[in-house]
Amino acid sequence: MAIADQPALGGIGESVLRKEDARFIRGRGHYVDDITLPGMLHMAVLRSPHAHARIRSVDTAAAAAVPGVVAVVTGELMAQHNLAWMPTLSGDTQAVLATDKVRFQGQEVACVIAETKYIAEDAVQLIDVDYEPLQAVVTPQQALAPGAPVIRDEKAGTTDNHIYHWEAGSKEATDAAFARAARVVSLSTHYPRCHPAPLETCGIIADLDPVTGKATIYMTSQAPHAHRTLFALVAGLPEQNIRIISPDIGGGFGNKVPIYPGYVVATAASLLIGRPVKWVEDRTENLISTGFARDYHMTGDLALDADNRFIGLRVSLLSDNGAFFSDAQPSKFKAGLFHIVTGSYDIPTAHVVADGAYTNKAPGGVAYRCSFRVTEASYLIERLVDVAAHEVGEDPAALRMKNFVPPEAFPYKSATGFEYDSGDYPRAMRLALEKLGYDELRREQAEKRARGELMGIGIASFTEVVGAGKGRDYDIVGLRMFDSAELRVHPTGKAVLKLGVKSQGQGHETTFGQIVAEELGIPAADVDVQEGDTDHTPYGLGTYASRSTPVGGAATAIISRKLRDKGKQIAAHLFEADVADIEFERGRFWVKGSPDQVKTIQEIAFAAYSNIPEGMEAGLEGVHYYDPPNMTFPFGTYLVVVDVDKGTGEVKVRRMVAVDDCGVRINPMIVEGQIHGGLTEGFGIAFMELITFDEEGNCIGSTFMDYLLPTSWETPRFETFATVTPSPHHPLGAKGVGESATVGSPAAYVNAVIDALAPHGVRNIDMPVTSDKVWAALRGAGVTE
Amino acid sequence: MNLSVTVNGTQQSADVEGRTLLVDFIRTRLGLTGTHVGCDTSSCGACTVLLDGRPVKSCTMLAAQAAGRQVTTVEGLADGATLHPVQEAFHTEHGLQCGFCTPGMMMVAAALLERNANPSEEEIRWAISGNICRCTGYMNIVKAIRRAAEQTVEVHSEPVPASGSTAGVS
Repeated sequence: MAIADQPALGGIGESVLRKEDARFIRGRGHYVDDITLPGMLHMAVLRSPHAHARIRSVDTAAAAAVPGVVAVVTGELMAQHNLAWMPTLSGDTQAVLATDKVRFQGQEVACVIAETKYIAEDAVQLIDVDYEPLQAVVTPQQALAPGAPVIRDEKAGTTDNHIYHWEAGSKEATDAAFARAARVVSLSTHYPRCHPAPLETCGIIADLDPVTGKATIYMTSQAPHAHRTLFALVAGLPEQNIRIISPDIGGGFGNKVPIYPGYVVATAASLLIGRPVKWVEDRTENLISTGFARDYHMTGDLALDADNRFIGLRVSLLSDNGAFFSDAQPSKFKAGLFHIVTGSYDIPTAHVVADGAYTNKAPGGVAYRCSFRVTEASYLIERLVDVAAHEVGEDPAALRMKNFVPPEAFPYKSATGFEYDSGDYPRAMRLALEKLGYDELRREQAEKRARGELMGIGIASFTEVVGAGKGRDYDIVGLRMFDSAELRVHPTGKAVLKLGVKSQGQGHETTFGQIVAEELGIPAADVDVQEGDTDHTPYGLGTYASRSTPVGGAATAIISRKLRDKGKQIAAHLFEADVADIEFERGRFWVKGSPDQVKTIQEIAFAAYSNIPEGMEAGLEGVHYYDPPNMTFPFGTYLVVVDVDKGTGEVKVRRMVAVDDCGVRINPMIVEGQIHGGLTEGFGIAFMELITFDEEGNCIGSTFMDYLLPTSWETPRFETFATVTPSPHHPLGAKGVGESATVGSPAAYVNAVIDALAPHGVRNIDMPVTSDKVWAALRGAGVTE
Repeated sequence: MNLSVTVNGTQQSADVEGRTLLVDFIRTRLGLTGTHVGCDTSSCGACTVLLDGRPVKSCTMLAAQAAGRQVTTVEGLADGATLHPVQEAFHTEHGLQCGFCTPGMMMVAAALLERNANPSEEEIRWAISGNICRCTGYMNIVKAIRRAAEQTVEVHSEPVPASGSTAGVS
């Protein structure tokens, strides 16, 4: 076949249109709630109205009597099967259904299993629970105060609400740096509780076949293989009898990493009843009971020398973990990867102290579109650098440039122990400043200030850490954080690629086919990418922490290369040449010096099943498990311009320029889409999204009428640009991009607002930066219209 | 109660409870699962369908309220194998990621283009402001709707009717 006749390859760097779109634009997506099984029952959950209360009794008689109700499940019933409590991903326990006490508003108390969803919801209302309300503890400061009610009194020997103490970096070296500092600037801020709120809520259909014992579990799971193992460990089911199917997922953002109590009850109910049981959360259940994010109280001190160089960073953290310590994170570090907090700056000393506390709030800390706690870290350092700029009177861009880790310093060892793989921070910053027209906007700002108008320019030059493994440091219940790819090339040269990761909208079916196209020369359109069915894909730890491309993508590249090597051996056999003389490019094999005579990968594939050398195994397939040698460190500079209305406190985002460096971009279109989405979620977190509580622990923010998400109307228009600094240790040079924008952008938005208000002495407003807070800050500073 | 409603051009009759939500009727009784439920409070628009050509949020409407009327769901957007220009454009402009908001978003877009063949970016953003997307940041959705408008204008040499017809069904 002539090259001109080849179908488009769709290799790395091409904006190939997405394969998965074909079903979604026709309404033919296949989400958990779209699945109906014969004989399927429906589950509804009764939840606690109290934040903290003792349960005196649970009367289920009226609910059980409703026609169509098949079973009512209580904590007592679950306890009989040793399933009233389950282990968490952070080594704690969590109530599946409450037995002794409820510990947060919205906690699962009982479940009804019925013939229809409507009947189940009706019957739930008829369960009569007698509660003895207890004093609620709603902040970690209250929780750690002497004499606070003990939330986890069921744990023998527990006398307070303190969960953990953890430190990183060197106290001694940091103290020494602070002792010789010319100046120290400080910031205390609360990164508020927010929620990933994917548009599809969490759900499950548990189908336990009473004859074969096979458990087929359809689940909104970002990590189906890890969940299979957890089901085996928690429920005691033999693992070969568990099949998790994670079909199309309507967004995850971290929300679909944990195992939730509803999953356990639905599975147990299916086992006991012998029929499939479906449970799909409604939005309120999603917001009040499943994986919240952040809720981090942070204080940072930055030490500067006389030249305004950063010489030390000191951070203390207080984490509100809710009623159970169920942070969904795979690191060995209690504060996740927070110690990336030195960010893009060459700060020679740093010391981080973190403590966690139980409160009467929902558990399940997840990483809302970031590697765990990287967003909090990035926010703190980027805000702190702006505070420093305002305090010392230096331009915040210039102050950053002066303190960046220089490009020649990579691989760079940070004061808290990370080894940054690659970076060129000044280049990204320069590009962003140029694209924004920074100097001109600073001139405009000066003119506006002279007229008494409020305009601000915010900068964030973030560095994040993504792509867990390596397996030595990162695991889930001991399962090392590798990931896998299995590639099968059929005789006609078409291929099936099976992955251990799982897309929730990231476009894996397209992107991973492009990796095969690049490495093996099979057009991306000819590669069917499959994920999410644990019976039919190789083991993997799932998709979160931007790890699909860094880990699963690397596995795909390497297995493609292995098959390419086998292809060379087959080509050598066909050409009757030495394998060392076989050349390969874009799916064509030839003997060095004879480029006119080629064998295509399709011909090689057919030969793999029909004409192989003596002693070679037939077929062209294989699997690779990739354990990354290090994390990857994407970075970038975001610039935001805002105008603030002095009369109302309203903030308008005028410009948003984002320069991202995520290494090599496999599908630039998809990468840009990921960045747009992250910038929007970052905008929501900065200005709108808040899960909060009153003093009795009632959750405020339990529907989309209270928990506000950005719409098309207020979302800024983004101007996105790229620099490319490949990762030296990734086979493709790619770093992962899903979370950069959520990590980097909140500080840029808030810095812009504070920059507008800085001449009036305002140094901080905690997120979400709502108009009323801005208005109050202005009035507090004596600014009137 | 007995409910009679036309869905994607086909007359449907069913015995339903009076309290049945339109979205449950569409998804559960008719098996048209392209219409999604995202919030239950009319806030997110994932459940948007067209009722007599106008977008409605089917999670907060009773099926009974659709009696005797024309309902169009995402499954009725294409004309057989020929995609609606909005569907084509969402694909071409990467206007979707997880796909969960996409059906509702496309229904609103189709209805918009029926009454305004050449909407500005402002008009598009206003039209879809009742539909939440968590993935795309709206940039490419807006582009897709603009593109669909341009394609539609190219395809129809005659002026597009201002209103009255059911969007997307020809």
